[in-house]
Amino acid sequence: MSPAARLGAAIVALFLAAAALGPRLAPRDPSRPALAENLRGPSLAHPFGQDRLGRDILSRTLHGARVSLVVGLSTVAISLALGTAIGLLAGFAGGWIDEVVMRAVDVLLAFPGILLAIALSAVLGPSLGNVVLALSVIGWTGYARLVRAETLSLRERAHVESAVSLGAGPLRIVTLHVLPLLAGPLAVQATFGFSAAVVAEASLSFLGLGTQPPTPSWGAMLNEGRSFLLVAPHVALFPGLAVFLTVLGINVLGDGLRDWLDVRRPAAGSDGSMPATSGSRGSRSSSALPGPGA
Amino acid sequence: MSALLRRLALALPTLLGVVTLVFFFVHLVPGDPVEMMLGESAAVVDRERMRAALGLDRPLWSQYLGFLARTARGDLGRSLRDGAPVAGLIRARLPATLALAGAAGALAVALAIPLGVLSARHRGRWLDAAATAFALLGAALPNFVLGPLLVLLFSVRLGWLPVSGADSAAGLLLPAATLGLGMSAILTRLTRTAVLDSLGADFIRTARAKGLSEARVFFRHALRGALLPVTTVFGLQLGSLLGGAIITETIFAWPGIGRLTLQAIEGRDYPLVQGCVLVIACGYVAANLLTDLAYQRLDPRVRFGGREAR
Repeated sequence: MSPAARLGAAIVALFLAAAALGPRLAPRDPSRPALAENLRGPSLAHPFGQDRLGRDILSRTLHGARVSLVVGLSTVAISLALGTAIGLLAGFAGGWIDEVVMRAVDVLLAFPGILLAIALSAVLGPSLGNVVLALSVIGWTGYARLVRAETLSLRERAHVESAVSLGAGPLRIVTLHVLPLLAGPLAVQATFGFSAAVVAEASLSFLGLGTQPPTPSWGAMLNEGRSFLLVAPHVALFPGLAVFLTVLGINVLGDGLRDWLDVRRPAAGSDGSMPATSGSRGSRSSSALPGPGA
Repeated sequence: MSALLRRLALALPTLLGVVTLVFFFVHLVPGDPVEMMLGESAAVVDRERMRAALGLDRPLWSQYLGFLARTARGDLGRSLRDGAPVAGLIRARLPATLALAGAAGALAVALAIPLGVLSARHRGRWLDAAATAFALLGAALPNFVLGPLLVLLFSVRLGWLPVSGADSAAGLLLPAATLGLGMSAILTRLTRTAVLDSLGADFIRTARAKGLSEARVFFRHALRGALLPVTTVFGLQLGSLLGGAIITETIFAWPGIGRLTLQAIEGRDYPLVQGCVLVIACGYVAANLLTDLAYQRLDPRVRFGGREAR
């Protein structure tokens, strides 16, 4: 992997460590107010400063990492499982099943990702569970499209046809002959899906539709900090920096992973084992969730 | 003309699906949507009146068909807040959003194409590294992070620009930059790749072999070919700007449809939420449709249905 990708991996590792150990690393209770010290800037006692209620921003940022990780992982896990299963079904079954699945994907992709997430969170009510649900409702479409496209090509390959002629059942073909070849492109897609989910959760929390107080979330902290840009810019700066660095790290890691897999991946038809169709290249743009620009 | 009609016909089932999904939004509300809108303490009479006004007292299929018929006529219902027609409220806010999205798109292109071209022309040099860094950082900056940062720098610290203001060009700059930077990062990267691919193509070698000047080879042949994929992605991204406008308009108190959507959500004004979501989604579908048609117009090799002109 390139040095940039290693740097991305290091940032991601730091984020994961902060999320896993956040409550232990946090120097203070993230919800404990100290009204007399509100909006104080960074100091030795509070390296990231204090917010409008005097709460320690470092502790809240560390706890916020956990929210991002939980939403990111849950959304990717649900979307990946659902999208892979549906994509395999559409790719192998073909016919009307494929048609129905692809039309459903078209309809969901007709909404800008963030819009559907906002609308669903609004009607379902703001909570962490509903954020994951709203993001997964959109998120599976990217995986389904990728898996379907790969499956359509893979099912024509010699090794799959050989397995069919030897009497292998659909489950055996999928688990032994198709899924292992999809692992690389799916890993790349999942990396970008994770970054998109982190941004989407922060966006929803920023709008007041995601994580609810007193649970610290980077998006909600940023929204709160907006009101104090003039007098206490640190309130918005540190959670903003946390989102930015996390997304940057994941994106760089995803780019590196994609390039690494593209180099390792044989060209279409070279050995009949893996087509270079809509695989890992371009996966970043095929994520159905809103990207950072959203 | 037939290609246009065929593409329009393909968009119709998608639009029907969008309308259907939007219709069911209100029915996804856990519990009683009327209670959610009016609160638990509302009188029974008021609840029943609201239920009748929304048509929720009718069978689901009848509500659905009514919704389809009304939507086809452009009637998006009435706002619960003041009874004003939803279509009118949206129409009043749409120009501000279109101005914002247009300015963001223009800014993104104005930055991305020169940067991407320079990056490709100076491959491996510091300019390339700078443009790549811009693309990488821009793609990692969500607009709810970028917006406050720009306000802090250009309005609070330097005092160069107003925070916002729909009535002046200066007031449009920061919201447009916030909305357009992510798109600009994507387009810079894409332009660089497309120009490099184009410069390595056979037709460029042929153009050079014919003795054309380097400037002519680049601008008439390489850049023209490279801009095709850029146009496609630009069109697709233009649609997604409408979604991104919700956050940008909230940050800058921009009087557009994105802010209206959020205000409707906060006020539990579900007919207005439905209307806004529907209009933004239709705008997105229309942007994708126009992109397909523009691509066909720009590239004579492309024909719908996978056929290619010889």
